[in-house]
Amino acid sequence: MALEAISKQEIKSLIESYENDRRHALRIMQDMQRIYNYVPREGLEALAERFSCPVSSLYSLATFYRALSLKPKGKNVIKVCDGTACHIRGSANLIGSIGRELDIAPGETTEDGMFSLELVNCLGSCALAPVMVVNEKYYSKVSMGQLAGIFNKIREGEDQ
Amino acid sequence: MRRTVLVCCGTGCLASGSIEVAEALQKELAPDVIIHGVEDACFVKKTGCNGFCENGPIVRIMPDDISYYKVRAKDASAIAKSLETNEPVLRLLYRTGGKAVLSQRENPFYSPQIKIALRNIGEIDPADINDYISRGGYTALKQALGMEPQDIIAQVEASGLRGRGGAGFPTGTKWRYAAGYEPTPKYVIANGDEGDPGAFMDRSILEGDPHSVIEGMAICAIAIGSSTGFLYIRDEYSLALANIEKAIQDAEDAGFLGESIIGSSKSLKLSIVRGGGAFVCGESTALMASIEGRVGEPRAKYIRSVQRGIWDLPTVLNNVETFANIPVIIRDGAENFAKLGTEKSKGTKVFALVGKVKRTGLVEIPMGVTLRHLIFDIGGGVIDDMPFKAVQTGGPSGGVIPENMLDLPVDFDTLTEYGAMMGSGGMIVMDSTNCMVEVARYYTAFLADESCGRCTPCREGLRQMLMILTDICEGRGREGDIELLEEIGSTLVDASLCALGKSAPNPVLTTIRYFRSEYEAHIRDKVCEAGVCPELASFAVDPVKCTGCTLCELTCPVGAVSGKQKEIYTIDSKVCITCGACRQACRFDAVVAIPRRR
Repeated sequence: MALEAISKQEIKSLIESYENDRRHALRIMQDMQRIYNYVPREGLEALAERFSCPVSSLYSLATFYRALSLKPKGKNVIKVCDGTACHIRGSANLIGSIGRELDIAPGETTEDGMFSLELVNCLGSCALAPVMVVNEKYYSKVSMGQLAGIFNKIREGEDQ
Repeated sequence: MRRTVLVCCGTGCLASGSIEVAEALQKELAPDVIIHGVEDACFVKKTGCNGFCENGPIVRIMPDDISYYKVRAKDASAIAKSLETNEPVLRLLYRTGGKAVLSQRENPFYSPQIKIALRNIGEIDPADINDYISRGGYTALKQALGMEPQDIIAQVEASGLRGRGGAGFPTGTKWRYAAGYEPTPKYVIANGDEGDPGAFMDRSILEGDPHSVIEGMAICAIAIGSSTGFLYIRDEYSLALANIEKAIQDAEDAGFLGESIIGSSKSLKLSIVRGGGAFVCGESTALMASIEGRVGEPRAKYIRSVQRGIWDLPTVLNNVETFANIPVIIRDGAENFAKLGTEKSKGTKVFALVGKVKRTGLVEIPMGVTLRHLIFDIGGGVIDDMPFKAVQTGGPSGGVIPENMLDLPVDFDTLTEYGAMMGSGGMIVMDSTNCMVEVARYYTAFLADESCGRCTPCREGLRQMLMILTDICEGRGREGDIELLEEIGSTLVDASLCALGKSAPNPVLTTIRYFRSEYEAHIRDKVCEAGVCPELASFAVDPVKCTGCTLCELTCPVGAVSGKQKEIYTIDSKVCITCGACRQACRFDAVVAIPRRR
């Protein structure tokens, strides 16, 4: 997501759609995460102004909660479930294979900004283990051999 | 005869394509389709999770009570035809002991279950409040409005209901305390921040029967004198969030929530708070901090949250599953509930049976049944009939239980005596290809990452334990490591601030207790017999069993397997990454774990 896509006006109206109460901070940042794929600095600063609190206290929230990221994520976020059921059915191998396929480690984004790899705690789809979710689409009982095909398809979809 | 076709649309079935199945069925069974001369003969309904996720998508025909499994969209026409001919679609039925069964009652996965918390799930459309009402929903709330608050609390106390989130605190006692404190307003919170990897009962309830939680919360609010409540739900649970949001709106519109509940002087305003993805927020005081908009760190509980909870005001926080039990207790009476279960653990519990078990899914059974019954009778035993090794209960806070202890009853207290715990009900079955040291390392890594860092024993202790366990798994284990792990572990148990830290060493301590020889093999012999730790194990082909079928070569992601079709294959251990894909693929048990030569 390019930086110019961030409009201060949009951030302002998002913040003002909630009442001026600190308890909505997490929720507003979750909204930002959804819109921009990360929590931009501008967003934190605008929030600090609204709540009359230091940016650092919002920074501590943003780094504490896993759902929030301070760095832009790739266009396609690959979430690999590393819950216990997936783990004992081989999610670690899956993560390794994705790493080899896309040359990224968990938490990283490919150089072309196409893919980010994330490990998530249990998605509650243990019957389908190991599970991988890309852009909200579930891939169940994923084997290492399927990965290249899945990623190519996503790349092709982007080209169109 | 009018029929209802129930299509399971829980997350598991959705991921297997149940929306396409529902749409295909809706097309085939459109209202104008005439079956047996009856117009509008069929109604397709999307329900919550049936629990038997391994075999999804699941389609049930009612009132015939026929269940179909692994249904695809292309099967819709066959199902439609079967309604006309009254001949079931044989290939979609569940088979047990060579026999196809029609009803879930004949299916060994379902037949032993007694459903209270899951009573409506799979039966109703969670988006339709009238479906909930038609099954007796909100009658308990009406009853509660006519009762004195202390009588409601007395009923809950008499039922023996204990908190389903894992700690097992008596729910009625908690309510009585909260009711007894003066300051107002008071708050009701439902904990749906289900963080235990391998457990998904709360999600299933929120998705499949959201009104049962709302009704339970409303009854609690009346009992303790509260008019504001929160549901704290994991942000990842998008379907649960959507369903509960609609349910709150519908309940308000129907007068079960909001100002003046069913015309009474009581009111309750419920709001949803989306969790931020921190495991520690499942801890009650951390969860409350998170609702207040702060970092989700727990506090020391010298003063309980029933006295000073959220915003320092009296607060009752119960688990989603606990609340789902409440309407049944009020409606059917505490005695009926207390008939089920054991002396100290009343009622039923929902378990998530996952891992290397044949029938993965959600199971609700009375407390006190044995682990063996749960895993082997209901779960059908280990996948591919591999040797059973252990079951991990209670998630990261629980422990592993070996085979010789499978006859222990599952309730709040027994497993705790053996170093594990029932916890929120996760049951992860492991077979001989799972390494117990690696499992301990996995849980410790999870907890070290999720520790909020507030207290030193948890923050530093877990980090040190993780380093030691990683060393052991990677072949750098030293004599004395096991004892050091035990020492650090016991410090965490004694000195951590909250339950996360206090229970965090359980996976390590129980694996040491029951599988010490595996640790010793890793440390002394540098061998991982399970074939999991890459530095300590590789694979080889057993020349006697190998048939030269090529499967291992085809599945190897790194090209370590070589050979010719119909000849014996070999694995180059220098290239092998110990992923185990070949072992899993081999149909002849010809791939075996061997020590890695250094």
